[in-house]
Amino acid sequence: MTEPVLSVRDLQASIKGQHILDGVSFDVAPTGVTALLGRNGVGKTTTAKSLLGLVHRRGEIRLDGERIDEELTHRIVLRGVGYVPEDREVFGRLTVAENLDLAARDRSELDLVHRLFPELAARARQLAGTLSGGQQQMVALARVLQNRNRLLVVDEPTKGLAPRVVSEVADALASAAESVPMLLIEQNLSVVARLARDVVVMAEGRVVHRGVAAELFDSPARLQALLGVHREEPEAAR
Amino acid sequence: MSTVVLLAVTGLGLGALYFLVASGLSLIYGLMRVLNFAHGAFLTVGGYVGFTVGKHLAHGASSWPGFVLMLLVGTLTGAILALLTELLLIRRLYEREIEQVLVTVGLGLAAVALVNGAWGSDSQSFPAPAWTARTTSLLGAEIPNDRFVCIAAAVGVLAGLLILLHRTRYGLIIRAGVENRAMVTALGVDVRRAFTVVFVIGGAAAGLGGVLAALYNSTVSPGMGDALLIYAFIVVVIGGLGSILGSAAAAVGVALLQQFTNYYAVTGLGDFMVVLALALVLLIRPTGLFGRTA
Amino acid sequence: MSGLRAVVRPTTAVAVVVLLALLPKLQLAVPGVLPGPTWTVGTLQLLALCLLVGALAVTYDLLFGLTGLLSFGHALYFAVGVYLFAISLQKWHLAVLPAALLTLGIGTVVAALVGAISLRVGGISFAMVTLAFAQAGSLLVYRNFGGLTGAEEGLGLSSAKLPGSLLGVANTRNLYWLSLAVCVLVYSAIAWLARTRAGRLMAAVRENELRVQVIGVRPYLVRLIAFVVAGALATVVGMGYLLVQGGASPQITTSSFTLSLLVMVVLGGVGARWGALVGGVLYTLLDQRLTVLASSHQIATLPAALRVPLSQPLFILGTLFILVVLFLPGGLAGLASRLRPVDPHDGGEAAHHELSYPAAMEDVT
Repeated sequence: MTEPVLSVRDLQASIKGQHILDGVSFDVAPTGVTALLGRNGVGKTTTAKSLLGLVHRRGEIRLDGERIDEELTHRIVLRGVGYVPEDREVFGRLTVAENLDLAARDRSELDLVHRLFPELAARARQLAGTLSGGQQQMVALARVLQNRNRLLVVDEPTKGLAPRVVSEVADALASAAESVPMLLIEQNLSVVARLARDVVVMAEGRVVHRGVAAELFDSPARLQALLGVHREEPEAAR
Repeated sequence: MSTVVLLAVTGLGLGALYFLVASGLSLIYGLMRVLNFAHGAFLTVGGYVGFTVGKHLAHGASSWPGFVLMLLVGTLTGAILALLTELLLIRRLYEREIEQVLVTVGLGLAAVALVNGAWGSDSQSFPAPAWTARTTSLLGAEIPNDRFVCIAAAVGVLAGLLILLHRTRYGLIIRAGVENRAMVTALGVDVRRAFTVVFVIGGAAAGLGGVLAALYNSTVSPGMGDALLIYAFIVVVIGGLGSILGSAAAAVGVALLQQFTNYYAVTGLGDFMVVLALALVLLIRPTGLFGRTA
Repeated sequence: MSGLRAVVRPTTAVAVVVLLALLPKLQLAVPGVLPGPTWTVGTLQLLALCLLVGALAVTYDLLFGLTGLLSFGHALYFAVGVYLFAISLQKWHLAVLPAALLTLGIGTVVAALVGAISLRVGGISFAMVTLAFAQAGSLLVYRNFGGLTGAEEGLGLSSAKLPGSLLGVANTRNLYWLSLAVCVLVYSAIAWLARTRAGRLMAAVRENELRVQVIGVRPYLVRLIAFVVAGALATVVGMGYLLVQGGASPQITTSSFTLSLLVMVVLGGVGARWGALVGGVLYTLLDQRLTVLASSHQIATLPAALRVPLSQPLFILGTLFILVVLFLPGGLAGLASRLRPVDPHDGGEAAHHELSYPAAMEDVT
């Protein structure tokens, strides 16, 4: 492939003395969505956090060829990495507008955000803690998408959301992915099937499969083996 | 009735002092997770430097301009001390929270010892404008005027802090950081500058509190910071780590509880009750009354 | 432990104890540091204090170094030992042995109660609760609770209450040996405890709670045991302290004093038991001798900017403490182990636990 936007080699990470990642290596293509898949507990979120420097990590991580594995989190983000964490983590005691203001860097994509999430303008002065799960997810996405990014790291954006909201979120992600490459962690396989071009599958702290999404979804046996699911009954929102 | 009024206003005055110390501690703990044991030293040194300036003034500090100068000097001293502490000591230990606490313990011990050595360990009387020693009649009670000065200062600081927190970018960062510091960095914000800001604000408020505590007690003594510090810790915990309004409410509550219990029950029981209240709150609601829930 | 180490360490320990026991018979003098040769009363008194405070520091190391509990109220149990022993001898007219047993009993109960309550929360909250309880105790003492504690003046111990062998200047040696015995007792008890299953659990709980829970043990219980044992031993040290000092002073109930325990342990090296002992000894030496040293000719002639700080023991200790935390995290013990040649066979675990601070404090939410 052409130069990957993100290249990870032999990533090791531990949390409170527990070894979670045991030599993770993969690439993220400079366009499109790369899905990071795996059963619960294999280390997907830890991988995302390692990219952002939020956990202790060792290994080589390169963003557009430059090493970021020894940098502080805010510096990594300032290089253009947009992070949408699992469980959204909006600031409940700040208003929607304040949540967005806090994350504002260049704000070059503010129009996109207004288009994708028209509700947010109306709720600008509402405390983010009083929003529904879906609305909070919009805030979490908006605060990242308002800036220009080189890479988006999105962790389980549809977790706990109703089906209608899930497709809204998927729409927003699809829009965003048109111009920015994305590493997407997601359990909902319909969303993955819709958005992802490449997949990286993890098990027990390491990568066990790398490939094209279409191939994986065409092989129910492989899906079952790697993820323990049948494609016929897609993992709906829990 | 007049006793109640006197106790209430005196309590508010004491609460004002608690708030001045606790507000900084609360922000420092809320944002940085550092239990700043040097905070009492900021207060003491601020108080003593203000006191020394007062003694050297031509008209003495018994004039209002002189007194205001003392307040300013005390505030500035506290701020500078806090700035140096954060830059030279705390920063080096970024993300090593236990060591940060330890370093403030050492600083607190060393700074108070220095004050002991430089000014002597006896309390000295504190010069203040004559008006503050007089009383004003309020609802039948004769209230020493220095209480009003303390209350006014605390209210001013509270207003200033609220404006800072809600109308400035640093305030936004601080409020967000108190809730979820990791996420703030994950949005590209360098929290370390906010740390310095918060430390300096805390130091300034403590320094101001030092001069006012000396006014309230009519004396300066090397132990005055540490004596207040324990109650400030209690206020911070009860009011909720990181919450300014919580600190204000808890400061008033704790001080009033102390005053009334000390008077109506047994002297000294009030202090005891406050300490027990701390234990109770911690056990029932570890994040404090106004603190964020998990 | 590997062969040579297994022999060298206990042998060194025994040799040190024997040497210390012989000190009153020897003519060793360390001018400037000790007020006189080691057989003199002043020096023996000082050394006795050093040993006791060192023992107290070791009990704190059990709490903080081994089990990872940052308590800001450990001095409470020490103070209970001092004050309750004094009160039961002086005011309640008990004989020495019943008074000692009563004091130990009550000290243990207090530690159990405070521990049971405080350990329900973790991290900073735990530290604050322990501070609160210690402060409550301090208030009781300063307010002359029940007329028993003597408030600011403290309590004196009249000689009628004590066995003759401990009285009088000539018997300072006995007091010294008593202190040495207390120190050895406390140190050995804790060293032994660290080697038992309970002790290993304490170290495990410090590092990683989950691993302890996984084997079906409740971390709360492990911590509580550590807390109570540390408190009870502190009470024992307190009783010795009363005898050596001849009285109780409220200064030992202040938060300043508890914090200095922290200073001692960190200076010596968190987690190295003998480091805590050395930290305690050094602290006491500095504290007691610095004022004498400060009025000596060399220091008195220094310019005020140097003289003032150097004449304040807490300034020197505080600054040293800061420097150690910043630049020498292993404390003195860490320095020593870096100078010692590395033994490839030395697992190191049984003899001393890791020279590191407990993991960042987590609040219970």
